[in-house]
Amino acid sequence: MNIVDDLPPVLTALDRPNSYIGRSVPRPHLARLTQGRGQYVSDVTLPRMGHAAFVRSPHAHARIRRIGTEAAKKAPGVIAIVPGAELAEVMTPWVGVLTHLKGIKSAPQYAIAVERACWQGEAVCAVVAKTRAQAEDAAELVEVEYEELPAVTDAETALDAATPVIHLELGDNLTFERKHEAGEPDKGFATADTVVETTFVFGRHTGVTNEPRAIVADWNPGEQRLTVYHGTQAPHMMQNLFAKHLGLDEQQVRVVTKDVGGSFGIKVHTYADEMATVALTKLLRRPVKFVADRLESFVTDIHARDHRVKARLGVKNDGTITAWEIDDLTGIGPYSVYPRTSGIEANQIVNLTGGPYACPNYRAHARVVFQNKNVMCQYRAVGHPIATAVTEGLVELAAVKIGMDPVDIRRKNLIPDNAYPATGPSGIKFELLSHHAALDKIVAMMDYARLRAEQERLRRERVYLGIGFASFIEVTNPSAAFYGVGGARISSQDGATVRLDAQGAVICHTGVTEQGQGAEAVMAQVVASAFGVPIERVRIVTGDTDNTPYGGGTWASRAAGIGGEAGWQAAKALRSQVLAVAGSILQAKPESLDIRGGVVVDGATGTERIGLDEVARVAYFRPDTLPPGFQAELMATRHYVPRAWPFAFTNGIQASWLEVDPDSGFITLLKHWCVEDCGTVINPQLVDEQIRGGVVQGIGAALFEHCRYDERGQLLNGNMADYLVPMAAEMPDIEVGHVVSPTADSELGAKGAGEAGTAGAPGSVMNAVNDALRPLGARPITEMPMTPEVVLHALGRV
Amino acid sequence: MSARRIDIAVTVNGEAVHETVEARTTLVDFLREDLGLTGSHVGCEHGVCGACTVRVDGVVVRGCLTLAAQCDGARVETIEGVSDSGEIADLQDAFHKRNALQCGYCTPGMLLTAQELLKNGGTPSRAAIRQHLSGNYCRCTGYHAIVDAVEAVARARGKA
Repeated sequence: MNIVDDLPPVLTALDRPNSYIGRSVPRPHLARLTQGRGQYVSDVTLPRMGHAAFVRSPHAHARIRRIGTEAAKKAPGVIAIVPGAELAEVMTPWVGVLTHLKGIKSAPQYAIAVERACWQGEAVCAVVAKTRAQAEDAAELVEVEYEELPAVTDAETALDAATPVIHLELGDNLTFERKHEAGEPDKGFATADTVVETTFVFGRHTGVTNEPRAIVADWNPGEQRLTVYHGTQAPHMMQNLFAKHLGLDEQQVRVVTKDVGGSFGIKVHTYADEMATVALTKLLRRPVKFVADRLESFVTDIHARDHRVKARLGVKNDGTITAWEIDDLTGIGPYSVYPRTSGIEANQIVNLTGGPYACPNYRAHARVVFQNKNVMCQYRAVGHPIATAVTEGLVELAAVKIGMDPVDIRRKNLIPDNAYPATGPSGIKFELLSHHAALDKIVAMMDYARLRAEQERLRRERVYLGIGFASFIEVTNPSAAFYGVGGARISSQDGATVRLDAQGAVICHTGVTEQGQGAEAVMAQVVASAFGVPIERVRIVTGDTDNTPYGGGTWASRAAGIGGEAGWQAAKALRSQVLAVAGSILQAKPESLDIRGGVVVDGATGTERIGLDEVARVAYFRPDTLPPGFQAELMATRHYVPRAWPFAFTNGIQASWLEVDPDSGFITLLKHWCVEDCGTVINPQLVDEQIRGGVVQGIGAALFEHCRYDERGQLLNGNMADYLVPMAAEMPDIEVGHVVSPTADSELGAKGAGEAGTAGAPGSVMNAVNDALRPLGARPITEMPMTPEVVLHALGRV
Repeated sequence: MSARRIDIAVTVNGEAVHETVEARTTLVDFLREDLGLTGSHVGCEHGVCGACTVRVDGVVVRGCLTLAAQCDGARVETIEGVSDSGEIADLQDAFHKRNALQCGYCTPGMLLTAQELLKNGGTPSRAAIRQHLSGNYCRCTGYHAIVDAVEAVARARGKA
């Protein structure tokens, strides 16, 4: 397969002969997926396996008075009918709080509701049968008597005295609150010539992974061991949680994760029905499989966003931003999701708002409240799209008000590229960002001046085109500061074990996982480069808690930056160890040798000395020929966690070019650009595709995706036909460019890139829509999704 | 409830298959659960996402909206079949090179749908490719790379 050299590496530390760093290496082992020969959890079947289906509450809030299981028990194929109280004897409940989110509170959540169902879709009874169809048949025969309770659905009134408290023992419906003040916001506003003020509304949406959540749990009473095939992003985290809540030791639990059909943060949480499946196998002493169907996914996969942000920005007539203020309110469902909590998104919004800009005067207030809707938690680019849309929406509204070009106001206020290290208004620390370089690059890529001229020309023909920008920052490579310090057993470090096999190939076991991002490719590139073999000679093993080093998995854009560095260091260590063996065989000094192209060579001349297969043969089969006292070590493990910076912030900018039809309200996306800086680019193609995929998920939020609830807490569009996601025909081509500012925290210098697309797309599209509508006198749109109805409202036409 | 069972004779990827199925069994469930052909995926089970796309008598259909019993006497082709026959080897190679898949769950359906378009010959415009693929949802790639891969194969086949 061809390797495209489209971005030569810039780093000396990575200068190795035949380096794969910076090259678009096609992902290894990918043909299994193009041939339909992957192994998703949905595909797994085990002997004697039962299939679980769940009876789910049709009410947003109801007391469960009685569960009648007689008829269901007699249905064909039924293995067991298990209500919540019975399952609670096997599995303990959990509470989704972290100590570093001061004051966050939640109530115990059970795998299956015991006394009350707190959202429409919460499981109230499990049915296990020989087939999923039989389980669903029997589920229809389970008789549940409910006493409907008042549902809290409006976040705005959730804290009112007249609103019922969902969990009485908590005293109120407040999950978490954060206040932050920095600089002198009041003075900043007082010195402003203009203050723009508006309210942004972000609709609830969800991830819609193409493969729904899936789990096969197999308790073997003979071994006293639980094996869980799980579509998850964090196998070791799940190992801990399964063990903890079943009363097992972690070494009794093995989590196996092969192919995962999309995750995007959806599959990094504890789901009650998955925990129930694990409890059911323990109870029934046979394997149990649960695959959510699409209708279940819509009411149980975590939802995200659903924020209302009142925001203000002060600006001087010369364009200088003088102060920011936000008030964020979000409703997160009846429970804070375990173990990462549902306070993180609001917390991130406080952290990230205003982040690209130099103005230090900032006041923020965020409140997270309970409500009787499906739970909300961290989804791709947690908090970023909201913070970015608020920040960038304000910046462009301010630019219009003072008559300044949106590029110029950014040039005036973005943190200068030579000002690092720097601190954001919320106190977040930036090692090295490149806002101005990214802005210059995108302006050139899109030919900004030509587009403005085109826009002007077409306006005269009553065609309304818009250009919108969004500068952004992105949290990647999280250290223990993200979760570990709050008491969650979520690993921020990751490990890699590299070993030479008996034919001189390299096997790498890594704690990070693959859900399509290309983590395996990146690991293979890093290991092949550091060790010195052709990439075809590297095999990557992921997703098995029995067989990989302990690690966090793949989320928050950590796989390349953290897992990759562990692989780099492990492969370097193995190179030294192999050269020690080769030196011993050749009676040469190990430091005079190197490994290049899969062969041990003389470091100075490049002359071939001995093949790796021969080194392996001697070490494994004829160690008797090595000098006495010399032991060959052909396996090395290294771990890595960022220490110098709590997060490796990255940055970038996006631009949207679109047309709005003022008669229909339809928005046609014409082109999209993104310039981002993820430090060392290990594989340009994979980075570009992370950006493109992320952009489209952001566009989905901006234009289409919305979990629409009524006032009784009923999801109105919980199916794939009524919940709109981006389709190929509606999406634009997306051009991606890079600026490279490596982190000095690691030798590789790689930061993450997975959130960037989703972070900036909604803000840039919103700004472009408003730019297009401006000559028509429309009220600025600050609500997402921007449906045709929203557009027509803004125009005053409906 | 579980119900009537029906004998069917189907040719699946060239092999004669005689099975007894429940009347309600969908084609994709039959392929996956009875025949172990797990390359066809289940995404929504209501005909929207396209992950279950297979060919019946040469025509692309939704495996979740087609009953197995309807396929009695029919010729069914799945991703496993077209992979082994080499029919779409160039398309699979282009998807791999261009990274036109991430999680891969939509890919079998996407490939079969793309092949349907490419069989018409010529080099369709990017807009036409996008239009044709709009019944197949991809949540990972943002579609751009898929369009690139399909376009590249159309060009290459045009030259061949």
